[in-house]
Amino acid sequence: MTTTTDSPLAIEATGLARSFGEVRAVDGVDLAVRRGSVYGVLGPNGAGKTTTIRMLATLLRPDGGSARVLGHDIVSEADEVRGLVSLTGQLASVDEDLTGWENLTLIGRLLGLRRADAKKRAVELLDAFGLSDASSRLVKNYSGGMRRRLDISASLVVTPQLMFLDEPTTGLDPRSRNLVWDIIRALATGGTTILLCTQYLEEADQLAEGIAVIDHGRVIAEGTPEQLKASVGSGALHVRLLDPDQRPQAEAVLARELGAAHLESDPASLTSPCADANRAAGAVAELARSGVDVASFTLGQPSLDEVFLALTGHPAEDEEKERDDEEKKETAIEEEQTA
Amino acid sequence: MSTSPTTTAVSADGVEAKALRDALSSTPRPERAGALSAALAFGWRGMLKVKHVPEQLLDVTITPVMFLLMFTYLFGGAIAGSTGEYLDYILPGLLVMSVLFTTVYSGIALNTDLTKGVVDRFRSLPIWRPAPLVGALLGDSVRYMVAGTVIVALGLALGFRPSAGPAGVIAAMALVTVFAFGLSWVFTTMGLLMRSPNAVMNAGFMSIFPLTFLSNVFVEPETLPGALEAFVDVNPISILATASRGLMEGNAAGGDIAIVLATAAALTAVFGPLTTHLYRTRS
Repeated sequence: MTTTTDSPLAIEATGLARSFGEVRAVDGVDLAVRRGSVYGVLGPNGAGKTTTIRMLATLLRPDGGSARVLGHDIVSEADEVRGLVSLTGQLASVDEDLTGWENLTLIGRLLGLRRADAKKRAVELLDAFGLSDASSRLVKNYSGGMRRRLDISASLVVTPQLMFLDEPTTGLDPRSRNLVWDIIRALATGGTTILLCTQYLEEADQLAEGIAVIDHGRVIAEGTPEQLKASVGSGALHVRLLDPDQRPQAEAVLARELGAAHLESDPASLTSPCADANRAAGAVAELARSGVDVASFTLGQPSLDEVFLALTGHPAEDEEKERDDEEKKETAIEEEQTA
Repeated sequence: MSTSPTTTAVSADGVEAKALRDALSSTPRPERAGALSAALAFGWRGMLKVKHVPEQLLDVTITPVMFLLMFTYLFGGAIAGSTGEYLDYILPGLLVMSVLFTTVYSGIALNTDLTKGVVDRFRSLPIWRPAPLVGALLGDSVRYMVAGTVIVALGLALGFRPSAGPAGVIAAMALVTVFAFGLSWVFTTMGLLMRSPNAVMNAGFMSIFPLTFLSNVFVEPETLPGALEAFVDVNPISILATASRGLMEGNAAGGDIAIVLATAAALTAVFGPLTTHLYRTRS
């Protein structure tokens, strides 16, 4: 037995890179993910999360760097990797034109289960994921949460050693989101390594023992959720004003009371690092005293925006820019194909 | 220190923690699926889609009926002197045309499939690489046979009487289906190279239309100008039509059948691996 297969790491990536035309989607990503852990990759849309996951799941060839997944090289031993991992992509990776039961039976057959076993396994998973009532309905008629659950269960027809989850809760209501989180926790308890891409710090905080923050195709910070939050400040006071014109005044007050204030992309909102409820209340009272009209305020965990602000000095890309990048990327892909 | 709301382990939507744990722990990894069983599973997927949306068989049933009625009654008298005589000539040819037109849909279906996330899952499975494509085409072969059966059944109803009997008809349909399987790889390649299902449809029909009409499907090549006649004579679709006529009449030339089979094999050998490669690498 070589040391590679006994490696304590489920994923080791060094300098992983991939371009689409001129867009450098992933620009030298290093990752080290321990076997049996849940590892979060945190970043805004277009940061390179999906491209990274697609390379690690052997769907996309890297054009720089290398990676081993469960001891196997993702390029030269792609087939071995495929036998050990499963992927739940950002687009629902189930067939909308089939029923839930048919989807799971198909996957079971493709993974080598005998016909009867594949059918049995499909029923078992549908029961476990609360989908038995919908088993004979076409997936296109499923709700978002049901589709997600089916998608995840399709990755578990044969229990994988490593599972890639790309934004598993984006677009879900809180109830469905909690359900997906429970499923991920149960999976982790069973010993499956999970690589979780997410836009939500809270999600990574809830589930992951290690987090890499990724921006513009690079890892810009790495550590435990605690380390990350400590570097960002463990909490934040978000204030929304009635009148955006009063924001400079509010900024001055908050900077004086709490040490710092950041302007958000919403022209009426601003944020200060603060973990102490009493100090936050004092600061809000001070705003009122100085004549600033506050529409609402909350004390909570730092948002991805704030993490980015703290780590990079700039907020996460605003959506318009992202969309431009996505489009640029798509055009580049198409050009690549027609070339 | 502000804490985020903790999620409870209470079951929601009927999901129970214990059932979940049991389901997650009960699967030993089986032996990998063989090439054939993976392809057949994909063929089953194709059949299921037809089962859920049977209307999609309309194109392979209505179009051949339309062509047969139109050509027999509209052009039959003018081309062959009588509709009955023309039916004998054109029916095997229309069988070829109807089935070959259907192959374009294989490319359109593949292109449509690519826009969906499920392809990512298929590509990340440890299966024989061409399985999704071979399986889809095996499923499509059933569509080809439906198209063929419709045209032959209607022909029989209109008075077509092949001298080689049922065996000849079945042999002709089998030959056409084998050729269609080979040709459909060309359209699946197109399906992977083009950006939209519409583009595949346009390019597909723009190539299959002239190829079919510049053959002996509708007219005897002797009536054509020399250069055109030369092209028509070597057009594989002419050879396929001639072989099908021969099989139905009981006087097929072994050489024609061999050329048809060799062409199908060559198309598969070139475009099969090309399609597989594109399917794996398209991002």
